[in-house]
Amino acid sequence: MNGWAQRFDEVSFAPGTDGFWIVLVGALVAAACSFVGCFLVLRRMSMLGDAISHAVLPGIVLAFLFSGSREILPMILGAGALGLLTAFTTDLLTRHGKLPNDASIGVTFTFLFAIGVILVSRFTGQVDLDLDCVLYGEILYAPFDTLKLNGADLGPRSAWVMGTVALANLAFLLLGWSRLKVCAFDSALAAALGVNVVLWHYLLMAFVSMTTVAAFESVGVILVVGMLIVPANTAYLLTDRLWLMHALAVLAGVLSALGGYLLATALNGSIAGAMATVSGLLYLLAAVFGPRHGVLSKQIHQRRLRTAPAADSVSG
Amino acid sequence: MSPAVPGVPIEVHDLTVAYHHRPVLWDIDLQFPEGKLIAVVGPNGAGKSTLIKAIMGLVPLASGHVKIYGKPAEEGRASVAYVPQRGSVDWDFPTNALDVVLMGRYGHLPLFGRPRRRDKEIARQSLEKVGMLEFANRQISQLSGGQQQRVFLARALTQQARVYLMDEPFAGVDASTERAIVTLLHDLREQGGTLVVVHHDLQTVPQYFDHVLLLNLRTVAFGPVAEVFTAQNLQKTYGGQLGVLTEVGERLRNTDWSRRRG
Ligand SMILES: Nc1ncnc2c1ncn2[C@@H]1O[C@H](COP(=O)(O)OP(=O)(O)OP(=O)(O)O)[C@@H](O)[C@H]1O
Ligand SMILES: [Mg+2]
Repeated sequence: MNGWAQRFDEVSFAPGTDGFWIVLVGALVAAACSFVGCFLVLRRMSMLGDAISHAVLPGIVLAFLFSGSREILPMILGAGALGLLTAFTTDLLTRHGKLPNDASIGVTFTFLFAIGVILVSRFTGQVDLDLDCVLYGEILYAPFDTLKLNGADLGPRSAWVMGTVALANLAFLLLGWSRLKVCAFDSALAAALGVNVVLWHYLLMAFVSMTTVAAFESVGVILVVGMLIVPANTAYLLTDRLWLMHALAVLAGVLSALGGYLLATALNGSIAGAMATVSGLLYLLAAVFGPRHGVLSKQIHQRRLRTAPAADSVSG
Repeated sequence: MSPAVPGVPIEVHDLTVAYHHRPVLWDIDLQFPEGKLIAVVGPNGAGKSTLIKAIMGLVPLASGHVKIYGKPAEEGRASVAYVPQRGSVDWDFPTNALDVVLMGRYGHLPLFGRPRRRDKEIARQSLEKVGMLEFANRQISQLSGGQQQRVFLARALTQQARVYLMDEPFAGVDASTERAIVTLLHDLREQGGTLVVVHHDLQTVPQYFDHVLLLNLRTVAFGPVAEVFTAQNLQKTYGGQLGVLTEVGERLRNTDWSRRRG
């Protein structure tokens, strides 16, 4: 216990410290992911986020081979293209190959991921691409890779990248709110109203791909997939309002970043792993104690029904 | 909704629709007249929903085309409201009744626009018309089946369309809701609207509707109820499947057609 207390003393969130930057990057990833993750969850496409995050690998490698650098922009473009290809192929297999949706997702992303692995192993001698870094980017190192402008230190590059992505996603969400909502809730109505359902589907996929690959590099694949889906699912359990679901998802994600950092410091373990763990724990809490869908509230509700059946039937 | 330019709301020409190379609608040719309340009847799997979806452009056409007020369907669809068969949406979606109704206004929004106060006003009025205003803030999965149906009707009302396509709006509603819906349909017709309604209860067809389309893969008959809703046509539509056919035939013979509009 003594060791733990000591470690907590060392934790500092003062602006400029490593702790501050790590939690900030984690929170920005959480926000960026929640802005697109909620609609993924609502459209029952949770696994597509996972699929895209694997399938973008060949895109990253190809972008790297062509540009010869680890610049973020070519990588985002390469990964974005592959993300869209994943969504497109999945669609195609489901519609014309008569595969169930989850099967076509599985087929597509393992195939593309495998191509990525071949590309990496084939070209690994020629280019300095660290698979570990691509797949398991470590948020711990985020503070060290800083952005410099005319010699001035502007803070970690990943904070800038994720901040930009979060803003872009927020703008997309606010501008597209009505269309995204009607497409997710009732695509037949959307089509009947003249909304371009296909276009909005691929726009969402493009933003998910971009977010995934940008976050990849800064925090690693586990945290991205976790942040994309888990906080959104937590929020889904807690509210009946769509905007509140988004707000709660961001909140759950930010709490996971903060709590995960504390946990990792205490255990001296992987920060990304700890953040993902905390977000899982928050989901568990919501699943048990959530006001409407929670296991506990359902039990209580049922007991009340049993004792006072007349009172409840009046309100229906 | 304004007293319409005379015209044919919906024309269907040589329409054939197939799922996996198996035709479910064959060579349909129709002109729905304006300002009428039109029933579409036929057995399960006859292609009633498919016809509605084909008009809405929701299924690919194997051949033929649809015109709405003389224009190609893509351009005319803004003046058509569609009430899908229940169960086609995700009822656990985090949204409430008012929000769902508001979605009917989205066709009127600019590309990145949000509903304005006027849109919300229209949505509330529509909820009121179907007697659901007190449930405006209720999450949709917490509504009963009949209430959900009414929310969908209200959503169609907010579209302020001239043509309404409704897929079984009477399915699973109680007698008083059914009466409320019928009144609503008649109101819409008085305002010049054209309503095409998929309907399963043969007994009430003469009482509620002006025209009837008897459908089973092909058009068996289409025209004013008094002319085409005959035991013989019903027999052709339903084949031997329908035990109550004789009973309906019996009733038809006893129907006093002159009292029907009362
Ligand atoms: N998505 C689909 N894929 C393949 N076949 C379909 C599809 N939708 C409908 N069908 C088939 O097309 C035929 C017509 O279906 P449709 O839904 O139009 O019938 P319906 O008249 O509305 O029936 P119900 O009274 O049961 O609603 C049926 O045989 C049905 O099995
Ligand atoms: Mg049907």
